Amino acid sequence: MELILLAVLATLGFVFGRIAERRHFASIFAREAQLKELLIFNERTVPPGAWQTGQLVGGNVVISVDYFKRLAAGLRALFGGRLTTYESLLERGRREALLRMKEEARSLGAAMVINVRLETASISKGDGDQIGSIEVYAYGTALREGPSPLAS
Amino acid sequence: MLISNIESIPGQRVVRHLGLVQGNTVRAKHLGKDILAGFKNIFGGELTAYTELLSEAREEAVARMVEHAEAVGGNGVINVRFSTSSVTAGAAELFAYGTAVVLEADRD
Repeated sequence: MELILLAVLATLGFVFGRIAERRHFASIFAREAQLKELLIFNERTVPPGAWQTGQLVGGNVVISVDYFKRLAAGLRALFGGRLTTYESLLERGRREALLRMKEEARSLGAAMVINVRLETASISKGDGDQIGSIEVYAYGTALREGPSPLAS
Repeated sequence: MLISNIESIPGQRVVRHLGLVQGNTVRAKHLGKDILAGFKNIFGGELTAYTELLSEAREEAVARMVEHAEAVGGNGVINVRFSTSSVTAGAAELFAYGTAVVLEADRD
């Protein structure tokens, strides 16, 4: 009985997880193409130019691995080596967080974001103490040209 | 209140440093949302409820940091950093800290 449940969950995870991942990557590629004009840097120095203001922007995402992948990673962990299923999870998380940060920057009319930092945290532990879901937070300082909002 | 995570704010001059300011918040997960998230753990994908929860929590941590900065007489916070730590199972602490400064518009 338990084996059947396991098989059902794994199949559901495999099918829906794969569809979800493919769709997510498609959306990431499309939005990255849209936002490619907005450059992001991880250096701290403000590049020369007529920058009027800088403002903190950030984007976060909590993303979870599907049941099948968790199972596969659990088996893989016995032998060691690359856990490709988690690699793609983290990649999706980071790219999504960066995109959200860029979207916020664009909504402020920023031309670039500097000093970008990424922070990853494991949110909940799945069965058997494996990582269930992760949060990625990306933040940086958006630089904008235009009149400065006077700090008084 | 101007906030950045670099040592300065373009267009502004730092007149005075007022020292470290900080804000934190500890949030626990909502049971109903937790059950929904449990389903998501089968199918995989984004846990929107948690994304919102954490982004709200982070905003609150920043708001508290800003309050602290106002209390010491600053009008900006520079060099802001974030950190997340899990306190117990099901709860996370979000922490924001930076340097409170007095800024003046750079008009040259």
